[in-house]
Amino acid sequence: MEFAAVLTAGWDLVRGATPGFWPIVALSLRVTLTAVGLAALLGLPLGALVAVVRFPGRGAVVVLVNTLMGLPPVVAGLVVYLVFSRSGPLGTLGWLFTPTVMIVAQTVLVLPIVVALTRQVVEDLWREYAEHLRSLDLAGIAAVPTLLWDARFSLATVLLAGFGRASAEVGAVLIVGGNIAGHTRTMTTAIALETSKGDLPLALALGGVLILLTFAVNAVAWTAGRFGARFAAHTPG
Amino acid sequence: MRAAASILPLAFDRVDLAVDGRRLVADLSFALAAHGTTVLLGPNGAGKSVLLRLAHGLLAPTAGAVRWGGDGGRIAGTKRHAMVFQKPVMLARSARANLTHALAAAGLGWSARRARADAALARFDLGALAERPARLLSGGEQQRLAIARAWALDPEVLFLDEPTSQLDPHVTRVIEEMLRGLAAEGRTLVMATHDLGQARRLADRILFLAAGRLVEDAPAAAFFHEPSSREAVAFLAGDLVV
Repeated sequence: MEFAAVLTAGWDLVRGATPGFWPIVALSLRVTLTAVGLAALLGLPLGALVAVVRFPGRGAVVVLVNTLMGLPPVVAGLVVYLVFSRSGPLGTLGWLFTPTVMIVAQTVLVLPIVVALTRQVVEDLWREYAEHLRSLDLAGIAAVPTLLWDARFSLATVLLAGFGRASAEVGAVLIVGGNIAGHTRTMTTAIALETSKGDLPLALALGGVLILLTFAVNAVAWTAGRFGARFAAHTPG
Repeated sequence: MRAAASILPLAFDRVDLAVDGRRLVADLSFALAAHGTTVLLGPNGAGKSVLLRLAHGLLAPTAGAVRWGGDGGRIAGTKRHAMVFQKPVMLARSARANLTHALAAAGLGWSARRARADAALARFDLGALAERPARLLSGGEQQRLAIARAWALDPEVLFLDEPTSQLDPHVTRVIEEMLRGLAAEGRTLVMATHDLGQARRLADRILFLAAGRLVEDAPAAAFFHEPSSREAVAFLAGDLVV
Protein backbone atom coordinates (compact mmCIF):
# COMPACT_ATOMS: atom_id res chain seq x y z
CA MET A 1 0.00 0.00 0.00
CA GLU A 2 1.38 3.35 -0.99
CA PHE A 3 0.99 6.56 0.95
CA ALA A 4 0.00 8.27 -2.30
CA ALA A 5 -2.96 5.90 -2.63
CA VAL A 6 -4.15 6.90 0.82
CA LEU A 7 -3.86 10.59 -0.04
CA THR A 8 -5.72 10.07 -3.31
CA ALA A 9 -8.50 8.17 -1.56
CA GLY A 10 -8.70 10.94 1.04
CA TRP A 11 -8.86 13.66 -1.59
CA ASP A 12 -11.60 11.74 -3.42
CA LEU A 13 -13.57 11.56 -0.20
CA VAL A 14 -13.32 15.25 0.55
CA ARG A 15 -14.13 16.44 -3.00
CA GLY A 16 -17.18 14.20 -3.13
CA ALA A 17 -15.89 11.71 -5.68
CA THR A 18 -16.71 8.81 -3.36
CA PRO A 19 -20.49 8.30 -3.43
CA GLY A 20 -22.29 8.40 -0.09
CA PHE A 21 -19.35 9.80 1.88
CA TRP A 22 -20.85 13.06 3.15
CA PRO A 23 -24.11 11.39 4.29
CA ILE A 24 -21.92 9.01 6.32
CA VAL A 25 -20.13 11.95 7.91
CA ALA A 26 -23.44 13.69 8.61
CA LEU A 27 -24.94 10.57 10.19
CA SER A 28 -21.83 9.99 12.28
CA LEU A 29 -21.96 13.53 13.63
CA ARG A 30 -25.70 13.39 14.17
CA VAL A 31 -25.52 10.13 16.13
CA THR A 32 -22.48 11.12 18.16
CA LEU A 33 -23.51 14.67 19.00
CA THR A 34 -27.07 13.63 19.90
CA ALA A 35 -25.75 10.87 22.15
CA VAL A 36 -23.34 13.27 23.86
CA GLY A 37 -26.16 15.80 24.24
CA LEU A 38 -28.44 13.23 25.85
CA ALA A 39 -25.63 11.98 28.08
CA ALA A 40 -24.98 15.58 29.13
CA LEU A 41 -28.64 16.21 29.93
CA LEU A 42 -28.79 13.12 32.11
CA GLY A 43 -25.22 12.76 33.27
CA LEU A 44 -24.29 16.27 34.39
CA PRO A 45 -27.04 16.59 37.02
CA LEU A 46 -26.70 12.94 38.02
CA GLY A 47 -22.95 13.25 38.51
CA ALA A 48 -23.38 16.46 40.47
CA LEU A 49 -26.01 14.86 42.69
CA VAL A 50 -23.75 11.92 43.48
CA ALA A 51 -21.03 14.45 44.32
CA VAL A 52 -23.03 16.50 46.83
CA VAL A 53 -25.73 14.23 48.24
CA ARG A 54 -24.86 11.63 50.85
CA PHE A 55 -27.03 8.50 50.73
CA PRO A 56 -26.68 4.84 51.69
CA GLY A 57 -24.82 2.92 49.02
CA ARG A 58 -23.20 6.04 47.53
CA GLY A 59 -19.79 4.37 47.52
CA ALA A 60 -21.18 1.42 45.59
CA VAL A 61 -22.77 3.77 43.06
CA VAL A 62 -19.44 5.57 42.56
CA VAL A 63 -17.60 2.28 42.03
CA LEU A 64 -20.31 1.02 39.65
CA VAL A 65 -20.27 4.18 37.54
CA ASN A 66 -16.48 4.19 37.43
CA THR A 67 -16.58 0.56 36.32
CA LEU A 68 -19.11 1.32 33.59
CA MET A 69 -16.69 3.84 32.11
CA GLY A 70 -14.87 0.82 30.79
CA LEU A 71 -17.99 -0.90 29.47
CA PRO A 72 -17.01 -2.75 26.29
CA PRO A 73 -18.96 -1.27 23.35
CA VAL A 74 -19.90 -4.68 22.01
CA VAL A 75 -21.46 -5.59 25.36
CA ALA A 76 -23.40 -2.32 25.42
CA GLY A 77 -24.44 -2.96 21.83
CA LEU A 78 -25.54 -6.49 22.63
CA VAL A 79 -27.66 -5.36 25.59
CA VAL A 80 -29.29 -2.58 23.57
CA TYR A 81 -29.83 -5.05 20.73
CA LEU A 82 -31.63 -7.47 23.06
CA VAL A 83 -33.77 -4.69 24.52
CA PHE A 84 -34.83 -3.41 21.09
CA SER A 85 -34.98 -6.71 19.22
CA ARG A 86 -38.42 -7.88 18.16
CA SER A 87 -38.81 -10.13 21.20
CA GLY A 88 -37.21 -7.61 23.57
CA PRO A 89 -39.07 -5.33 26.01
CA LEU A 90 -38.90 -2.35 23.64
CA GLY A 91 -39.08 -4.36 20.41
CA THR A 92 -42.46 -2.92 19.47
CA LEU A 93 -40.84 0.47 18.91
CA GLY A 94 -39.18 -0.91 15.80
CA TRP A 95 -35.99 1.06 16.40
CA LEU A 96 -33.52 -1.73 15.68
CA PHE A 97 -31.26 -0.96 12.68
CA THR A 98 -32.15 2.72 12.79
CA PRO A 99 -30.04 5.73 13.73
CA THR A 100 -32.26 6.18 16.79
CA VAL A 101 -31.12 2.97 18.42
CA MET A 102 -27.52 3.83 17.53
CA ILE A 103 -27.99 7.04 19.53
CA VAL A 104 -29.36 4.98 22.42
CA ALA A 105 -26.37 2.64 22.32
CA GLN A 106 -23.87 5.48 22.25
CA THR A 107 -25.70 7.28 25.06
CA VAL A 108 -25.36 4.12 27.15
CA LEU A 109 -21.62 4.17 26.50
CA VAL A 110 -21.08 7.90 27.09
CA LEU A 111 -23.36 8.33 30.11
CA PRO A 112 -21.08 6.59 32.66
CA ILE A 113 -18.14 8.70 31.51
CA VAL A 114 -20.11 11.91 31.94
CA VAL A 115 -21.51 10.86 35.33
CA ALA A 116 -18.19 9.65 36.73
CA LEU A 117 -16.06 12.58 35.57
CA THR A 118 -18.75 15.12 36.52
CA ARG A 119 -18.89 13.63 40.00
CA GLN A 120 -15.16 14.08 40.38
CA VAL A 121 -15.09 17.64 39.04
CA VAL A 122 -18.10 18.75 41.06
CA GLU A 123 -16.91 17.02 44.23
CA ASP A 124 -13.63 18.93 44.06
CA LEU A 125 -15.49 22.21 43.61
CA TRP A 126 -17.98 21.34 46.35
CA ARG A 127 -15.10 20.82 48.76
CA GLU A 128 -14.06 24.40 48.07
CA TYR A 129 -17.54 25.95 48.00
CA ALA A 130 -19.36 23.88 50.64
CA GLU A 131 -19.23 26.23 53.61
CA HIS A 132 -20.13 29.31 51.60
CA LEU A 133 -23.01 27.63 49.79
CA ARG A 134 -24.33 26.03 52.97
CA SER A 135 -24.12 29.45 54.58
CA LEU A 136 -26.49 30.60 51.82
CA ASP A 137 -28.77 27.60 52.49
CA LEU A 138 -27.65 26.02 49.23
CA ALA A 139 -26.91 22.42 50.08
CA GLY A 140 -27.63 19.12 48.33
CA ILE A 141 -29.75 19.53 45.21
CA ALA A 142 -29.95 23.29 45.73
CA ALA A 143 -26.18 23.58 45.28
CA VAL A 144 -26.13 21.69 41.98
CA PRO A 145 -26.92 24.59 39.58
CA THR A 146 -24.18 26.76 41.12
CA LEU A 147 -21.64 23.96 40.99
CA LEU A 148 -22.46 22.94 37.42
CA TRP A 149 -22.27 26.55 36.25
CA ASP A 150 -18.98 27.30 37.97
CA ALA A 151 -17.46 24.03 36.77
CA ARG A 152 -18.72 24.51 33.22
CA PHE A 153 -15.31 24.81 31.59
CA SER A 154 -14.01 21.65 33.23
CA LEU A 155 -17.29 19.94 32.34
CA ALA A 156 -16.82 20.91 28.70
CA THR A 157 -13.70 18.76 28.79
CA VAL A 158 -15.78 15.96 30.30
CA LEU A 159 -18.19 16.20 27.38
CA LEU A 160 -15.28 16.17 24.96
CA ALA A 161 -14.11 12.94 26.55
CA GLY A 162 -17.60 11.58 25.96
CA PHE A 163 -17.50 12.81 22.38
CA GLY A 164 -14.18 11.05 21.88
CA ARG A 165 -15.59 7.80 23.20
CA ALA A 166 -18.69 8.03 20.98
CA SER A 167 -16.99 9.17 17.79
CA ALA A 168 -14.40 6.38 17.96
CA GLU A 169 -16.90 3.68 18.83
CA VAL A 170 -17.70 0.94 16.31
CA GLY A 171 -18.84 -2.20 18.12
CA ALA A 172 -22.15 -1.01 19.50
CA VAL A 173 -23.36 0.89 16.45
CA LEU A 174 -22.39 -2.02 14.23
CA ILE A 175 -24.52 -4.44 16.27
CA VAL A 176 -27.60 -2.26 16.70
CA GLY A 177 -27.34 -0.31 13.43
CA GLY A 178 -26.34 -3.11 11.12
CA ASN A 179 -24.06 -0.90 8.97
CA ILE A 180 -26.74 -0.47 6.30
CA ALA A 181 -25.50 1.66 3.42
CA GLY A 182 -27.24 5.02 3.23
CA HIS A 183 -29.16 4.33 6.42
CA THR A 184 -27.03 3.38 9.42
CA ARG A 185 -23.49 3.45 8.06
CA THR A 186 -21.18 5.67 10.05
CA MET A 187 -17.53 6.49 9.56
CA THR A 188 -16.33 3.88 12.00
CA THR A 189 -18.49 1.10 10.58
CA ALA A 190 -17.45 2.13 7.07
CA ILE A 191 -13.80 1.88 8.12
CA ALA A 192 -14.45 -1.61 9.50
CA LEU A 193 -16.21 -2.59 6.26
CA GLU A 194 -13.53 -1.23 3.93
CA THR A 195 -10.82 -2.93 5.99
CA SER A 196 -12.61 -6.26 5.74
CA LYS A 197 -12.96 -5.72 1.98
CA GLY A 198 -9.24 -5.07 1.74
CA ASP A 199 -9.57 -1.45 0.59
CA LEU A 200 -6.99 -0.24 3.08
CA PRO A 201 -6.28 3.14 1.43
CA LEU A 202 -9.97 4.06 1.64
CA ALA A 203 -10.18 2.77 5.23
CA LEU A 204 -7.15 4.80 6.20
CA ALA A 205 -8.45 7.87 4.42
CA LEU A 206 -11.76 7.54 6.26
CA GLY A 207 -9.82 7.24 9.51
CA GLY A 208 -7.88 10.39 8.70
CA VAL A 209 -11.07 12.32 8.00
CA LEU A 210 -12.55 11.05 11.27
CA ILE A 211 -9.49 12.22 13.18
CA LEU A 212 -9.66 15.61 11.46
CA LEU A 213 -13.32 15.96 12.37
CA THR A 214 -12.62 15.05 15.99
CA PHE A 215 -9.74 17.52 16.01
CA ALA A 216 -12.02 20.23 14.62
CA VAL A 217 -14.68 19.64 17.26
CA ASN A 218 -12.06 19.71 20.03
CA ALA A 219 -10.43 22.84 18.63
CA VAL A 220 -13.75 24.67 18.44
CA ALA A 221 -14.65 23.58 21.99
CA TRP A 222 -11.23 24.56 23.33
CA THR A 223 -11.32 27.98 21.67
CA ALA A 224 -14.86 28.62 22.87
CA GLY A 225 -13.84 27.53 26.36
CA ARG A 226 -10.86 29.89 26.43
CA PHE A 227 -12.96 32.85 25.29
CA GLY A 228 -15.78 31.87 27.62
CA ALA A 229 -13.44 31.50 30.57
CA ARG A 230 -11.97 34.91 29.95
CA PHE A 231 -15.34 36.61 29.78
CA ALA A 232 -16.93 34.63 32.58
CA ALA A 233 -14.23 35.49 35.07
CA HIS A 234 -13.06 31.96 35.51
CA THR A 235 -9.58 31.05 36.56
CA PRO A 236 -8.29 27.53 36.36
CA GLY A 237 -7.46 25.54 39.42
CA MET B 1 -33.94 47.39 54.40
CA ARG B 2 -33.40 46.62 58.12
CA ALA B 3 -36.32 44.88 59.75
CA ALA B 4 -37.58 46.03 63.13
CA ALA B 5 -37.88 42.51 64.52
CA SER B 6 -34.77 40.89 65.93
CA ILE B 7 -33.34 37.39 65.81
CA LEU B 8 -31.50 38.02 69.07
CA PRO B 9 -30.91 36.75 71.64
CA LEU B 10 -28.65 33.95 70.51
CA ALA B 11 -28.24 31.43 73.30
CA PHE B 12 -25.81 28.54 73.66
CA ASP B 13 -27.07 26.07 76.23
CA ARG B 14 -24.42 23.58 77.36
CA VAL B 15 -23.29 22.95 73.80
CA ASP B 16 -20.87 20.13 73.04
CA LEU B 17 -19.44 19.12 69.70
CA ALA B 18 -17.50 15.90 69.38
CA VAL B 19 -16.08 14.47 66.16
CA ASP B 20 -14.83 10.89 66.10
CA GLY B 21 -14.95 10.83 69.87
CA ARG B 22 -12.89 14.00 70.23
CA ARG B 23 -14.61 16.94 71.89
CA LEU B 24 -13.93 20.11 69.94
CA VAL B 25 -15.99 22.30 72.25
CA ALA B 26 -17.56 21.40 75.55
CA ASP B 27 -20.25 22.83 77.78
CA LEU B 28 -20.52 26.17 76.00
CA SER B 29 -23.15 28.39 77.57
CA PHE B 30 -23.65 32.07 76.94
CA ALA B 31 -26.21 34.45 75.53
CA LEU B 32 -25.79 37.20 72.99
CA ALA B 33 -28.51 39.78 73.32
CA ALA B 34 -27.07 43.23 72.76
CA HIS B 35 -25.71 44.77 69.60
CA GLY B 36 -22.05 45.62 69.30
CA THR B 37 -18.93 43.60 68.65
CA THR B 38 -18.21 40.40 70.52
CA VAL B 39 -14.76 38.99 69.99
CA LEU B 40 -13.98 35.32 70.46
CA LEU B 41 -10.46 35.30 71.72
CA GLY B 42 -8.17 32.41 72.39
CA PRO B 43 -5.22 30.47 71.06
CA ASN B 44 -5.33 28.28 67.95
CA GLY B 45 -7.49 25.24 68.50
CA ALA B 46 -9.46 26.87 71.31
CA GLY B 47 -12.76 26.30 69.48
CA LYS B 48 -13.43 29.81 68.16
CA SER B 49 -14.15 28.79 64.57
CA VAL B 50 -16.23 25.84 65.75
CA LEU B 51 -18.33 28.13 67.93
CA LEU B 52 -18.98 30.43 64.96
CA ARG B 53 -20.03 27.51 62.79
CA LEU B 54 -22.33 26.17 65.48
CA ALA B 55 -23.95 29.58 65.80
CA HIS B 56 -24.32 29.98 62.04
CA GLY B 57 -25.77 26.50 61.67
CA LEU B 58 -22.92 24.98 59.65
CA LEU B 59 -22.32 22.50 62.46
CA ALA B 60 -24.87 20.83 64.69
CA PRO B 61 -24.09 20.28 68.36
CA THR B 62 -23.78 16.73 69.59
CA ALA B 63 -25.20 17.83 72.94
CA GLY B 64 -26.94 20.94 74.19
CA ALA B 65 -28.73 23.46 72.04
CA VAL B 66 -28.17 26.63 70.03
CA ARG B 67 -31.25 28.83 70.11
CA TRP B 68 -32.14 32.02 68.30
CA GLY B 69 -34.74 34.52 69.40
CA GLY B 70 -36.20 34.52 65.90
CA ASP B 71 -37.27 31.46 63.99
CA GLY B 72 -33.86 29.75 63.79
CA GLY B 73 -32.20 33.08 63.09
CA ARG B 74 -34.81 33.97 60.47
CA ILE B 75 -37.49 36.56 60.21
CA ALA B 76 -40.36 35.86 57.84
CA GLY B 77 -38.31 33.01 56.42
CA THR B 78 -35.30 35.20 55.65
CA LYS B 79 -32.01 34.26 57.25
CA ARG B 80 -30.72 37.26 59.19
CA HIS B 81 -27.24 36.09 60.01
CA ALA B 82 -24.31 35.72 57.63
CA MET B 83 -20.73 34.59 57.83
CA VAL B 84 -17.37 35.72 56.47
CA PHE B 85 -14.69 33.05 56.42
CA GLN B 86 -10.99 33.26 57.15
CA LYS B 87 -10.17 32.37 53.57
CA PRO B 88 -12.85 34.00 51.45
CA VAL B 89 -14.69 31.60 49.17
CA MET B 90 -14.88 33.29 45.79
CA LEU B 91 -17.09 31.79 43.12
CA ALA B 92 -15.54 31.54 39.66
CA ARG B 93 -17.42 34.63 38.54
CA SER B 94 -17.03 38.38 38.51
CA ALA B 95 -17.10 40.34 41.75
CA ARG B 96 -20.63 41.57 40.99
CA ALA B 97 -21.80 38.06 40.11
CA ASN B 98 -20.54 36.83 43.47
CA LEU B 99 -22.91 39.32 45.07
CA THR B 100 -25.88 38.67 42.82
CA HIS B 101 -25.49 34.92 43.34
CA ALA B 102 -25.78 35.31 47.12
CA LEU B 103 -28.75 37.63 46.69
CA ALA B 104 -30.45 35.21 44.31
CA ALA B 105 -30.01 32.48 46.91
CA ALA B 106 -31.71 34.80 49.39
CA GLY B 107 -34.68 35.06 47.05
CA LEU B 108 -34.26 38.57 45.61
CA GLY B 109 -35.56 39.21 42.11
CA TRP B 110 -33.22 40.16 39.26
CA SER B 111 -33.54 43.94 39.41
CA ALA B 112 -33.49 44.05 43.22
CA ARG B 113 -30.33 42.00 43.44
CA ARG B 114 -28.60 44.02 40.76
CA ALA B 115 -29.39 47.23 42.67
CA ARG B 116 -28.38 45.74 46.01
CA ALA B 117 -25.15 44.34 44.56
CA ASP B 118 -24.22 47.73 43.12
CA ALA B 119 -24.99 49.35 46.48
CA ALA B 120 -22.72 46.85 48.22
CA LEU B 121 -19.93 47.38 45.71
CA ALA B 122 -20.17 51.14 46.21
CA ARG B 123 -20.44 50.84 50.01
CA PHE B 124 -17.19 48.88 50.20
CA ASP B 125 -15.37 50.83 47.49
CA LEU B 126 -15.36 47.92 45.06
CA GLY B 127 -17.24 49.57 42.20
CA ALA B 128 -14.18 49.69 39.95
CA LEU B 129 -13.67 45.95 40.41
CA ALA B 130 -17.27 44.93 39.69
CA GLU B 131 -16.54 43.06 36.48
CA ARG B 132 -13.16 41.69 37.52
CA PRO B 133 -12.86 37.93 38.11
CA ALA B 134 -13.28 37.56 41.86
CA ARG B 135 -10.54 34.95 42.06
CA LEU B 136 -8.05 37.31 40.52
CA LEU B 137 -8.56 39.98 43.17
CA SER B 138 -5.92 40.47 45.84
CA GLY B 139 -6.41 38.87 49.25
CA GLY B 140 -7.56 42.16 50.74
CA GLU B 141 -9.96 42.83 47.88
CA GLN B 142 -11.38 39.33 48.18
CA GLN B 143 -12.00 39.78 51.88
CA ARG B 144 -13.65 43.16 51.26
CA LEU B 145 -15.81 41.49 48.64
CA ALA B 146 -16.69 38.71 51.08
CA ILE B 147 -17.74 41.33 53.64
CA ALA B 148 -19.68 43.23 50.97
CA ARG B 149 -21.41 39.98 50.00
CA ALA B 150 -22.40 39.34 53.58
CA TRP B 151 -23.51 42.95 54.05
CA ALA B 152 -25.65 42.75 50.91
CA LEU B 153 -27.72 40.08 52.64
CA ASP B 154 -28.55 42.65 55.33
CA PRO B 155 -27.69 40.44 58.30
CA GLU B 156 -28.57 41.48 61.82
CA VAL B 157 -25.74 39.28 63.08
CA LEU B 158 -22.50 38.88 61.17
CA PHE B 159 -20.04 36.13 62.06
CA LEU B 160 -16.43 36.70 61.05
CA ASP B 161 -13.82 33.98 61.32
CA GLU B 162 -10.42 35.66 61.62
CA PRO B 163 -11.15 37.90 58.64
CA THR B 164 -7.76 39.64 58.66
CA SER B 165 -5.45 36.80 59.63
CA GLN B 166 -3.95 36.57 56.14
CA LEU B 167 -3.80 40.29 55.42
CA ASP B 168 -1.11 42.92 55.80
CA PRO B 169 -1.44 45.69 58.44
CA HIS B 170 -2.70 48.31 55.99
CA VAL B 171 -5.48 46.10 54.64
CA THR B 172 -6.25 44.95 58.17
CA ARG B 173 -6.81 48.58 59.15
CA VAL B 174 -9.14 49.07 56.18
CA ILE B 175 -11.14 45.95 57.09
CA GLU B 176 -11.33 46.98 60.75
CA GLU B 177 -12.68 50.38 59.67
CA MET B 178 -15.35 48.57 57.66
CA LEU B 179 -16.25 46.42 60.64
CA ARG B 180 -16.62 49.50 62.84
CA GLY B 181 -18.94 50.90 60.22
CA LEU B 182 -21.06 47.74 60.25
CA ALA B 183 -21.31 47.86 64.04
CA ALA B 184 -22.24 51.52 63.83
CA GLU B 185 -25.14 50.54 61.55
CA GLY B 186 -26.54 48.56 64.47
CA ARG B 187 -25.41 45.13 63.34
CA THR B 188 -24.13 42.59 65.82
CA LEU B 189 -20.65 41.37 65.01
CA VAL B 190 -19.22 38.16 66.40
CA MET B 191 -15.59 37.80 65.37
CA ALA B 192 -12.97 35.19 66.08
CA THR B 193 -9.37 36.32 66.35
CA HIS B 194 -6.20 35.52 68.17
CA ASP B 195 -4.88 39.01 67.52
CA LEU B 196 -4.88 40.78 70.86
CA GLY B 197 -4.41 44.20 69.31
CA GLN B 198 -7.41 43.71 67.07
CA ALA B 199 -9.51 42.51 69.97
CA ARG B 200 -8.55 45.62 71.96
CA ARG B 201 -9.44 47.86 69.03
CA LEU B 202 -12.79 46.34 68.14
CA ALA B 203 -14.31 44.40 71.01
CA ASP B 204 -17.13 45.50 73.25
CA ARG B 205 -17.24 42.08 74.82
CA ILE B 206 -14.79 39.21 74.99
CA LEU B 207 -15.56 35.52 75.04
CA PHE B 208 -12.25 33.88 75.90
CA LEU B 209 -11.91 30.23 74.96
CA ALA B 210 -9.24 27.70 75.72
CA ALA B 211 -9.17 24.00 74.92
CA GLY B 212 -12.77 24.06 73.69
CA ARG B 213 -14.23 25.66 76.78
CA LEU B 214 -15.54 29.12 77.46
CA VAL B 215 -13.19 30.29 80.14
CA GLU B 216 -14.17 33.92 80.49
CA ASP B 217 -17.05 36.12 79.35
CA ALA B 218 -16.52 39.77 80.16
CA PRO B 219 -16.78 43.33 78.83
CA ALA B 220 -13.66 44.07 76.80
CA ALA B 221 -12.32 46.76 79.14
CA ALA B 222 -12.69 44.51 82.17
CA PHE B 223 -11.15 41.53 80.39
CA PHE B 224 -8.03 43.39 79.33
CA HIS B 225 -7.72 45.32 82.61
CA GLU B 226 -8.40 42.52 85.01
CA PRO B 227 -8.74 39.04 83.54
CA SER B 228 -10.17 36.60 86.01
CA SER B 229 -8.92 33.27 84.71
CA ARG B 230 -5.35 32.05 84.77
CA GLU B 231 -5.64 31.01 81.10
CA ALA B 232 -6.58 34.54 80.11
CA VAL B 233 -3.81 36.00 82.24
CA ALA B 234 -1.33 33.69 80.54
CA PHE B 235 -2.71 34.48 77.06
CA LEU B 236 -2.54 38.22 77.64
CA ALA B 237 1.01 37.82 78.93
CA GLY B 238 1.94 36.01 75.71
CA ASP B 239 2.46 32.68 77.41
CA LEU B 240 1.53 29.41 75.74
CA VAL B 241 -2.03 28.42 76.52
CA VAL B 242 -3.15 24.90 75.62
